[in-house]
Amino acid sequence: MPIQTQITVTVNGTRHTNPVEPRLLLAHYLREVLNLTGTHIGCDTSSCGACTVLLNGKAVKSCTVLAVQADGGNVTTVEGLAKDGKYHAVQQGFWDKHGLQCGFCTPGMMITAVQILERNPNPTEAEIRRGLRGNLCRCTGYHNIVEAVKAAAAASRAGGRKR
Amino acid sequence: MTTAFIGKSVRRTEDPRLITGKGTYVDDVKLLGMLHMALVRSPHAHARIKKINVSRASKAPGVVAIFTGADLQGQLGSLPVGWVLKQADTHTKYDMKAPPHPPLAFEKVRYVGDAVAAVVANDPYLAADAAALVDVDYELLGVVTDGEKATKRDAPQLHTEAPDNTCFEWDVHGGDYEGAAKKAQVVVKQKFINQRLIPNAMETRGVVADYNTGTNQITIWTSTQIPHLVRLLFAAVTGHPEQSVRVIAPEVGGAFGSKLYLYAEEIITGMIAKNLARPVKWVEGRQENYLATTHGRDHITYGEICGDKDGTITGLKVTTYANLGAYLSTFAPGIPTVLFGLMLSGVYKYPNVSCKVYGTFTNTTPVDAYRGAGRPEATYLVERMVDAFARELARDPVAVRRKNFLPPFKNGRAVATGVLYDSGNYRAPVDKALEMFDYKAFRKEQREARGSGKLLGVGFSTYIEICGMAPSAVAASLGAGAGLWESSTVRVHPTGKVTVFTGTSPHGQGHETTLAQVAGEHLGIPMESIEVMHGDTDRQQFGTGTFGSRSITVGGTALVMSLKKVKDKMRKIAAHQMGVPAKNVIFEDGKFYVEDIREKSMDFGTVVGEAYNAKNLPPGMEPGLEATSFFDPKNFTWPFGCHIAIVEIDEDTGQTRLKRYVAVDDIGNVINPMIVDGMVHGGIAQGVGQALQEGAVYGENGQLVTGSMLDYAVPTAEDVPSYETARTVTPSPVNPLGVKGAGEAGTIAASPAVMNAAIDALAHLGIRHLDMPLRSETVWRAINGAKAAKKAARSATATAARSGRKARR
Amino acid sequence: MTTNVAASFQYHAPSSVEEACRLLAKYKGGAKLLAGGHSLLPLVKLRLATPEALIDLSRIKGLSYVKAGRKGLAIGAMTTYYDIESSDVVKKAAPVLADAAAQVADTQVRNAGTLGGSLAHSDPAGDLPAVVLALGAELEVHTARGSRTISVDNFFRDLLTTALRPNEVLTEIRIPPLPARTGTAYVKLANKASHYAVVGVAAVVTLDKAGVCAAARVAVTGAGPHAVRAKRTERILIGKKLSALVIRRAAERAGAEIGDGFNSDIHASAEYRAAMTIVFAERALTEAVGRV
Repeated sequence: MPIQTQITVTVNGTRHTNPVEPRLLLAHYLREVLNLTGTHIGCDTSSCGACTVLLNGKAVKSCTVLAVQADGGNVTTVEGLAKDGKYHAVQQGFWDKHGLQCGFCTPGMMITAVQILERNPNPTEAEIRRGLRGNLCRCTGYHNIVEAVKAAAAASRAGGRKR
Repeated sequence: MTTAFIGKSVRRTEDPRLITGKGTYVDDVKLLGMLHMALVRSPHAHARIKKINVSRASKAPGVVAIFTGADLQGQLGSLPVGWVLKQADTHTKYDMKAPPHPPLAFEKVRYVGDAVAAVVANDPYLAADAAALVDVDYELLGVVTDGEKATKRDAPQLHTEAPDNTCFEWDVHGGDYEGAAKKAQVVVKQKFINQRLIPNAMETRGVVADYNTGTNQITIWTSTQIPHLVRLLFAAVTGHPEQSVRVIAPEVGGAFGSKLYLYAEEIITGMIAKNLARPVKWVEGRQENYLATTHGRDHITYGEICGDKDGTITGLKVTTYANLGAYLSTFAPGIPTVLFGLMLSGVYKYPNVSCKVYGTFTNTTPVDAYRGAGRPEATYLVERMVDAFARELARDPVAVRRKNFLPPFKNGRAVATGVLYDSGNYRAPVDKALEMFDYKAFRKEQREARGSGKLLGVGFSTYIEICGMAPSAVAASLGAGAGLWESSTVRVHPTGKVTVFTGTSPHGQGHETTLAQVAGEHLGIPMESIEVMHGDTDRQQFGTGTFGSRSITVGGTALVMSLKKVKDKMRKIAAHQMGVPAKNVIFEDGKFYVEDIREKSMDFGTVVGEAYNAKNLPPGMEPGLEATSFFDPKNFTWPFGCHIAIVEIDEDTGQTRLKRYVAVDDIGNVINPMIVDGMVHGGIAQGVGQALQEGAVYGENGQLVTGSMLDYAVPTAEDVPSYETARTVTPSPVNPLGVKGAGEAGTIAASPAVMNAAIDALAHLGIRHLDMPLRSETVWRAINGAKAAKKAARSATATAARSGRKARR
Repeated sequence: MTTNVAASFQYHAPSSVEEACRLLAKYKGGAKLLAGGHSLLPLVKLRLATPEALIDLSRIKGLSYVKAGRKGLAIGAMTTYYDIESSDVVKKAAPVLADAAAQVADTQVRNAGTLGGSLAHSDPAGDLPAVVLALGAELEVHTARGSRTISVDNFFRDLLTTALRPNEVLTEIRIPPLPARTGTAYVKLANKASHYAVVGVAAVVTLDKAGVCAAARVAVTGAGPHAVRAKRTERILIGKKLSALVIRRAAERAGAEIGDGFNSDIHASAEYRAAMTIVFAERALTEAVGRV
C-alpha cells in the first residue's frame, strides 16, 4: 500500500485536512471524503466536464487532477457558488432561462460559465459556445445554456454598474 | 378560458436543488457499511468461458467477496423480455426466439462487456484493483457484428435457440406495393444505414442496494425511467417477493431510453446485497457505459418508393435488418417493429406500404430504445425517400410533400400501415416554417455560393411520430408484456396543501413543474402549495414510467382524473353545507360558489378542513380527501411538424456545419412552453448529432472502436447553432388535456432534415445519397468521386465527339 | 466508481528541477513527470500507463513564465495554454503560438495543460508541437548535473517519443524573434470528439521588401507519428513571390516528409489525412501571408 499523504485544501472557504492516497482524484476527494456530491463525474477521459471545479480560481476537470495536487489550494464547487443565501448570477441565469433539465452536467457547466464571465464579462454567443466546448450536455441542446450565460452576463454587468 | 398555470412558462420547481448541488443521484447515496462492486467484463466479443480463477483477486486488499456467474446461477435467473412477438399477431411470422440472458454470463460471453464476475470490496478503488486480478480463461469463437451478415448461413451462431441469428421476422402490408410499383412511372431505390448510436445520458447508470435481514426488504436505488417495472421484473426474475422490494429512482441524470429496462446490474447488485446482508454500490464508468448500457438504432434497410411523374407517391417498400445486439434487452423487439414499421406511412396518403423486418443477434451490445425509438428510423427513411423521389422528378421537395399530405382531420384517420392517427393538419407547420425561413432567398444564396468553396443546402422533414404509450390492449396485441397505462394519486392534506403522486418517473423533463401546473390549474391553488412525488415504489401507487413521450399524455391525464375526483368530492361537501344540490355548485378562483348566488361560497381551505374534521359530511361520504386514478388511453397520440435545416459544406475538406435550424412542431396543447422548447432543443441536438457526427463503430473482432468520449463525438455547444422554434396547435382528441407529447420530436425530425440538406448542397454534383454520420471524410470522398465521375463523363463525351467527327470524315 | 481508477503509484512534488531530475534517475525510467497531467492522467486512469511514481513539477517555482527579450521569447515549460493564449507578450511576439494555444482542447484543459507537457508528450495529434517547429524554437533541458539545448528540429522523434533522455526535464522553450514582415498562422481540422488535430499546419513566412519569400517554416501535426517540418514546401516558397499558385504548389508537397507514414483511424484514413495536409497547408500559408 502506498503511503498516504496529508493534504490541506480549502473548499468553499472551509479548510479541510485529510490523509489521501496519491491516486485519489480531486473529484473523489470532494465527493467521497468531503461529501460534496454536487460535483459530478460523467466520463473517464477528461471529456465531459461534469466534474469541473475552480482550483485556485481556474476551472479544471477535477477527474484529471489528483487530490494531492490540490494540496494548499482553494477549491470552489457548485455548493460554494451562492453567497449569503443569494444565487450567483450564473445560477440565477440557469434557473430563469431553463438552462438545465436533468441537472447532471449543470454544476460543471455553471462553473465553466463562471470562468468564462470572469475573463470576458460580455461574451458573444460564439465565445460562449467556444468556452463551453469542454462541457457536454445531452438534454438541452445548449440553446438555453447559452441563453443562461448571456443572461448571467447581462445581470452581472448591470450589477456592476449599480455598484 | 384564462388559465392560471397551463400554457405558462413557469420556472421549474426542480431547479433550486439542482443548481446548488443538492440533487441526489444514485452515486450520491451513501449507506453505513456500504460495499463497492466492480464488474469483470469480457474483453472478447464471443468466447466460451473455460475457467475463472479468483484466487489472486480474493487475496487483494479490501476484498469482501467475489461472485462468478456460476456462483449465482440459481439466484439471478434470466433477464426478461417485456415485448414478445408471437405468431398469433398478424405481423409476426413465427414466435420470436428469446434465448436466455444470464445477468452474469457463465458458459459463453457474447459481446465485449458481457459481465462474468462481480468483485465486492470495502472501497471502490480496491474493488477496481481486485477486478483487474480476476483471471478468466476464454476459448475464442467466431464473431459477427453486422446485422445483415449475421443472417448468412456461414455466420458464427450466437444462440442455439435462434438459427441464422434471427430472432424474428415481422412485416406489415397495407394495400399492394408490388402492384403499385408495376404501375408506377417512377421507382427510386436506395440502401440506407441507420447507424448504431450510444445514448450518452450524462449520468451513467448506477445501483445501490440494501438488504434488511429482519424485514427481508431489499431496497434498490437505481437510475431508471421505470422504478415500478424494475421492482416487478426484479421480483419476477429473482423470486424475491414483490412487496419486499422497494425501488427508488432518485434524481436521474438523463436517460433517453437507455434506462428503460431491467438491467443485469440491478439484479446482481440487489442479490449480492442480499447474499452479504450489506449495502452494495455499483456505479458505471463511462467506458463501461459504452459497453454495458443499451445502444440505439443500427438498421440496414433497402428502401423503394414509387409514384407518378406529377409527384404523386403511390407506395413505399422497406426491408430492414435490425441489429438487436447479443441478447434481447427489455423492449428490444418492439422498437424496430411496432414503433418502426407502423410509422412508414408518414404524413402521406400513399395507399401501399410494404415492410419486412428481420431482428438479428450479433456480438454487440444489446440495442433497444434510444430517443425516438423506431420512429427516427422510420422518419429517416420516409423523409429521405420522399426527397429522393422529388429529386428524381426534379421537383421541389416541399411541393411534393404538400401534394402527398393527408388532408387535415380532427378525429381519427386510418393510414396504409393500419394505424389510426388522432388529429392532424400537416400543411400548417410547413406554412409556419416557411414564414420563418425565406426559401426563395435561400435558393438564390445557394446558387451564388457555389464556386466559393462553400456549398449550401436546405433540408425539410415533415415528420410524424407515435406517442402517448399506450392503449394497453392495443400494445398487448402487438407484443407488450405489461399494461402501459399510468396512475396518479392526489392527496389534499388537512392544511390545504397537496401532494401529487405520479406513476411516471422523470429523468430531467420537469414533471414536478408540469404536473404541479396541471394540479394548480384544476385546484386553483398556488404551485408552491403542491408537491409532486415520483420514483419510489413505496410512496407511489404502481405506475409505468417515462418513455414514448407519455408522461403528460397518459400520466397527466391520470392526474386530471384524480383532480376531478377530489374536486367532485369537495363540491359535494360544499353543496351539502351550503344546502344546495351539488350540480348548482361551481368551482372558480379557488372557491366553491352556489351558481347564481355568488355571495354564497366556501373557499378551498374550508372545504378541505370539512373533509378532514368530518363533522358535517353528506350522508355516507367517507372522510378524507384523496383520490387515485389509472388512465389507459384509447389511442396513441401523433405529434407532427416541419423542421428545416440549413447546412454549409466546405468543398475542399468535406466539413459539414449546421448553419441554421427552424423547427415548427404540433404537439397539441402545451402545458409549459419553456419546458417544451427545451425538450425540442435537446432532441434536435441528438438528431443533428446522429446526422453529422455520432456513430458507434465495431471492429471486425467485435471490439467497440468508439469506446470512449474521445472517439464518440457527442455534440458540443460549438457543433450546433441556436434553434428557431415555433408551434402550431392541433389538440389531440384522445385525452382531456389535448396534449400529444414533446419529448422526442426534435430527434425524430432532425436527422432527415440535416441529411436532406446535405444532399441538397451536393446534388448539383450528382450526389444522391450519403449515409450518416457525415464525417468530413465521407463527404470529401463523395465530392471527389462525383467530380471525378463528371470529369470522366466529360472526357468520354469529348472522345465520343472526336470519334464522331473522325467517323464523319 | 464513476470513472476509471488508476493503479497505485508514489507521488513526489519536488521543489527544484535538480530534485526532479534526481527522482527521475532514482526510479530508472519507472517515474513519469506530471506537468499538467491532461495527457498523462487519463492514460494512468485507464492503466495504459502504470508508472511507479509521478513527479509533479507544479511545485517547482519559476517554471511558469513568459519573458520577451532581444533574443526572443522565453517561456517556462510549466506555462499553461491559458497563460500563453492570454499573454499580450506572446500575442505580440509570436501570435501564432497564442492562436494555437487557444485552439487546444477546451477551457479547463487549457487552464491545466502546459506547453512543456505538450511538447515532451509528443502526441501525434497535439497542436503545439507543429507550432514550435514552425517557430524554430530551442528547448532547454536539465539533468541533475547540468543543462543542454535541443533545437526543436531534432526534438520530435517518433510516436510519443522525443529527444529527451529518461532523466531529463524540459524547462524552457525559447522562440527566436520573428523578423519584420513575417506572418504566422495555425489552422487545423479538429477531431470532433477529442478536439485534437486530425491534421494541423503551422506556417511562419517572412517576405522581403519586394514581396519575395525570404524565409518560411511550415510544420504539420496530426498527419503522421509526430509533428514534422514540411521542408519541401518551405523550399518551394523561399525565393518566390507567394502567389496563390505558388502557395498551392508548395502546399502540395506538405506531406512529402510523412511519405507513407500517414496515420489512419476511424476519424480519417491515411489518404484523407494526406489530402487534408495539402488543404490545410494551403490555408495556413495563405493566412500567414495575409498577415505579413
